[in-house]
Amino acid sequence: MIAVANVTPTWYLLLAAALFALGCTGVLVRRNPLVMFMCIELMLNAVNLSFVAFSRTYGDIKGQTTVFFVLVVAAAEVVVGLGIVVAILRRRPSANADDIAELKG
Amino acid sequence: MIEIIVFIAASLMVLVGALGVILRTNPVHAALSLVLTLFGVAVHFVSMEAHFLAAVQVIVYAGAIVVLFLFVIMLLGVDKAEDLRTEPMLRQRYLGPLVGVGVLGLVGAAILVARSRTIVKSVEGLDTVGHDANVKQLARSLFSDYVFAFELTSVLLVIAVVGTVLLARRPNKGLQAAREKAGVSS
Amino acid sequence: MLNVIWLIPLLPLSGFAINVVLGRKLGDPKSGYLAATMCGVAFILTLATYFDLLSKTEEERHHVSTIFSWIPVGGLKIDAAFLADPLSITMALFITGIGTLIHLYAIGYMHGDPKFSKFFIYLNLFAFSMLMLVLGENMLVTFLGWEGVGTCSYLLISFWHTRDSAATAGKKAFVTNRVGDWGFMIAMFLAFQAVGSLSYSVLNSAAEGGTLARSTGTAITMMLFIGACGKSAQLPLYIWLPDAMEGPTPVSALIHAATMVTAGVYLMVRVNPVIATAFTWAPAIIAIVGAATALFAATVAVAQNDIKKVLAYSTVSQLGFMFLAVGCGAYTAAIFHMITHAFFKALLFLGSGSVIHGMHHEQDMRKMGALRKLMPITAGTFIIGWLAIAGVPPFAGFWSKDEILLSAWAHPTNTGLYRVLWGVALVTALLTAFYMTRQVIMVFFGKARWEDHSEEHGAHGDFKPHESPAIMLLPLVVLCGLSIVGGVLNLPFTDSTKRLLSWLEPVIHFGEIEGHASAGVKWGLAVGTAALCIASMGVAYLVYQRNKIKAIEPQILADGWRYDRFVSWFMGKPGRQAFEAAAWADRTIVDGAVNGVATTVRRTGGVIRRTQSGFVRNYALLIGGGVVLMLAWFFLRAVGVFG
Repeated sequence: MIAVANVTPTWYLLLAAALFALGCTGVLVRRNPLVMFMCIELMLNAVNLSFVAFSRTYGDIKGQTTVFFVLVVAAAEVVVGLGIVVAILRRRPSANADDIAELKG
Repeated sequence: MIEIIVFIAASLMVLVGALGVILRTNPVHAALSLVLTLFGVAVHFVSMEAHFLAAVQVIVYAGAIVVLFLFVIMLLGVDKAEDLRTEPMLRQRYLGPLVGVGVLGLVGAAILVARSRTIVKSVEGLDTVGHDANVKQLARSLFSDYVFAFELTSVLLVIAVVGTVLLARRPNKGLQAAREKAGVSS
Repeated sequence: MLNVIWLIPLLPLSGFAINVVLGRKLGDPKSGYLAATMCGVAFILTLATYFDLLSKTEEERHHVSTIFSWIPVGGLKIDAAFLADPLSITMALFITGIGTLIHLYAIGYMHGDPKFSKFFIYLNLFAFSMLMLVLGENMLVTFLGWEGVGTCSYLLISFWHTRDSAATAGKKAFVTNRVGDWGFMIAMFLAFQAVGSLSYSVLNSAAEGGTLARSTGTAITMMLFIGACGKSAQLPLYIWLPDAMEGPTPVSALIHAATMVTAGVYLMVRVNPVIATAFTWAPAIIAIVGAATALFAATVAVAQNDIKKVLAYSTVSQLGFMFLAVGCGAYTAAIFHMITHAFFKALLFLGSGSVIHGMHHEQDMRKMGALRKLMPITAGTFIIGWLAIAGVPPFAGFWSKDEILLSAWAHPTNTGLYRVLWGVALVTALLTAFYMTRQVIMVFFGKARWEDHSEEHGAHGDFKPHESPAIMLLPLVVLCGLSIVGGVLNLPFTDSTKRLLSWLEPVIHFGEIEGHASAGVKWGLAVGTAALCIASMGVAYLVYQRNKIKAIEPQILADGWRYDRFVSWFMGKPGRQAFEAAAWADRTIVDGAVNGVATTVRRTGGVIRRTQSGFVRNYALLIGGGVVLMLAWFFLRAVGVFG
């Protein structure tokens, strides 16, 4: 165990990949729009994690700067997304993502 | 040694939380699982000496965004459990996880291949001296190279807020009533 | 000054814009004064440009001022550019000058009209378009102005659109002009294909340098001539001009006598090097059409009873003279006649407007007579205009008409044909003197016939023609003066008195054809023509004043040789059938192809649209699948599966 020694960036990247895959799966299988949003947050966090890992590996602060911007955009996205969800669910309570298919061809 | 323990513990938080988000049928539970994941990520940030981001992660994500989620859930009363046993689109049930596994497999393989191929020079570019070194560096980057983008994000936030207010406003009924009331009183 | 020639058209445009916004508020007569001021300032600017140009040497009298690159598409590069050279500035001078006078006149004439400010909106827009037309550096800018003046002409002819005949006349003018526009457009396409540019300087220098093929030059010439025929009311497209008299009289004077209808002549002069490269039959056709139109319209004018119709046919006839001059290669004579004609025809139209105004909108000459005592100034100026158009020396018309006749007589090639055309032109000149005398006598001399019709004007109480207000008389007096002295522009005695010729020299030196005639022949022609014209006036005097000779006014002439009726019949019967056949072909073949494409697309779309399920998760799945495939591609490429 001790031979494993250090936590290398690879570990973080693998964790981020796993987190991303989980988020991705969640978006595809869940029907509640709120939960789908949460899964998107999971994917964003996975990406943030890898950004910070790279930032540390290459000794460049810009990776962290990018994460900062991702956080801001994620906040804005959640606000707008939840606004849309509220507007939709107010009109038809208990709707899930499959009930909203007006744009089908 | 302590690093490894922290990593494993935090990773467990992250993965258990993520699984909770996609498996718990009750949205409230899903939201709380999300908090677990976000804390795990924050711990990782700390262990990678990204202190500022860790703080923001806790404050903005766990503090604000998840609370927003919970508010919406309770406001709309959609906190009843979603039935995960039935799936109207059966294709989705099988192909969804398949995509997830595909992403994980390919990205994981790519990471492992890349590790064996590239030699990462251990660059000591990040200043770790002092208790606020990380914050200073980030601030320098943010307010010099990225100051324009930084200002733009403020615009983005304002637009998002205004847009959401417009979107979520009750269609006129309340407004009209309020106007009438004001008209009568004045 | 040369760098700001774009200001010249800009002024009427801003007058237009201001009147559009504030016209109603300014009302009658302030909006009129505004419009007239804009036109007047434009005239002063043009004058300044003229002197600027005059101070330069002959070679430098060509200035292009580019405002912006308008259409830069591949090999096609068109600038919004204005050209200041002797020709364009000459045109701009008399457009703005006469335009200003007519604006002033219109303030009096349109007084009390409910659409007063709208009239000046159109008038300013017209001035702007006309200036674009003459100042444009390439055919497209000219075409823009060309269409603009057409539109304004349409709007102004049908200005009193509640009157059915006015609305119809407007439509007629518009449709007929479109036929001519077609020719202009084809000419532009040809020019672009031949020299890769629409710029006059490129086209003309290609013609002068001999790089323009003869056949192409001929085609461009003929197509432009079709365009000119439409705009300048030549056979067979003249039919709209007599009907255009439905518009208010200032419009008739400005647009349908002095400026717009001369646009065709201007265009031909502008491209004179191209005409010079064409086969010799091309200018001959122009000359023949011009002479035929002149004679045709003059015969019709003899039998008209409407005071404005006479002048309208007279305009068609005089424009024929100008085209005859173009066909003879006597471009200076064409421009000279255009200018003098603008003076005296505007004067005659404004005079007739004054008469109509004084007669309470009565236009029938049979109900006039003896007006000289009641309207002394109108009568006096009208008589000067009459002498000018009839070709009595030393008034303006004599000099320019004489020059055209001389150029036809002395044409160096094809002498036989051009001598015949000279004969036609001479007969036309005599007819002109005849019908103008008839008009003057019927309106201003003889018995006062309006008293017999006074009961028709019961609403006015005691019917008595009256002189017009001062603001209408001022332009009359100015134009009268110009009609007297207009000839000094280009006196034929020595080279130094041929001022217009030496001024226009840089523009027309390539195309101008010098006729050769001895001094004796020149004098003989001039004196002979003048004497014959005076004799013709004498005959008219005997017919209409003394009633010594019975007037010959066959109905067929009054009907304009029934040409209108023929066109209506033709368009109604065989023309309509042809159009219906074309419409059928359009519906079944062209539309069929279009609809076939549409049906194919629709059916394909019907199949493909099933992929658009509307389910967000479905789309997300597709995106996810795409991501996996792309990752696989990148990964496999990176590990070297694809080599």
